[in-house]
Amino acid sequence: MIDFILAGIIAISCIYGFINGGADAVSNAVLTSGQTAVTLTLSILGAMATWGGVMKLAEKSGLTDRIARLISPVISLIFRGLDRNSRAFKAIAMNITANLFGLGNAATPLGIEAMKELKAEENCGEVASRNMVLLTVINTSSIELIPSTVAALRLTYGSKSPMDILPCVMMVSVLSLTAAVVCAYVFDGVGRRKK
Amino acid sequence: MRITSLVVPVFVLGVILYSLHNKVGVFDTFIEGAKENIAVCFDILPSLVALMLAVEMFKASGALSALTELIKPITSIIGIPSECVPLALMRPVSGSGALSMLDSILSEYGADSFIGRVASVLMGSTETTLYTVAVYFGAVKIKKTRHALPSALVGDFMAFLLSALAVRLFLGE
Repeated sequence: MIDFILAGIIAISCIYGFINGGADAVSNAVLTSGQTAVTLTLSILGAMATWGGVMKLAEKSGLTDRIARLISPVISLIFRGLDRNSRAFKAIAMNITANLFGLGNAATPLGIEAMKELKAEENCGEVASRNMVLLTVINTSSIELIPSTVAALRLTYGSKSPMDILPCVMMVSVLSLTAAVVCAYVFDGVGRRKK
Repeated sequence: MRITSLVVPVFVLGVILYSLHNKVGVFDTFIEGAKENIAVCFDILPSLVALMLAVEMFKASGALSALTELIKPITSIIGIPSECVPLALMRPVSGSGALSMLDSILSEYGADSFIGRVASVLMGSTETTLYTVAVYFGAVKIKKTRHALPSALVGDFMAFLLSALAVRLFLGE
């Protein structure tokens, strides 16, 4: 799919550019865009490294484990009927905590482990269970507490207070996640009734 | 001074003190994490180059601003800056593409502008939905993902609608 998007955007740009006399600008864009990508990477590299260091400490010191235990009441509220002592539950708690801390590297393997445990426990074959859908939906909405990459990028573009968006991000994250989870429940109910 | 300026330093201090308390090697662990994230940055660079090429060509050709103008009547009704629509469309599909779009928005309109802030909030509160669904279900060989994608996209759409509202509410226009 990404192939078609890439090809599509470039094709539209060429056609539109040539018709409207912007061929020079499009040509220059081809030559300079790589540089822009490198500059972008370098401008967030430092902040990413710093944040990686801090978050590795949060992980190794056991802070994330502690948070995982702290949020388990919320998890049993969302994943109704899932045994709190099961391995799936534990993996889900760790996955969600890793997401809260923005530990992308750790979150994905934990999430996949949770999916495997869910599949084994719920024995659902090739069809997704409600809990699997819920876990995936939670992972598709960003619940990162501190949006460090965005803040670093804002700082390089001269923001006076790059973290001032924090309350906005939290509000939008919580509400959009709620909407997605409610949707997952509603669609699940509709799907069951059809059967 | 904003209260949000306290969050990061207090968090960092807390993590370091907690690590000392639990006898974790602060320096070595920090370096390990920093190294990992530097590797991540360079890992995504090739895809960033590819998507930046598309985004920059799209912008330079004038097609981006034409698209933005075209959808302005619709977005103004729901109170969203039309400049953020291309980012919202790119966000669920490609993380690198979205980062390229955000970069271009921030450089053009400024990080502290209304448009820049809405784009930042949108970026910070959503994820690469299609990729995540593919990876999670692919890993456990689930073919019927049922309502996972529609629910996740409803979440993304909500985030899109709410980001402008949230910025108005907390930071003004």
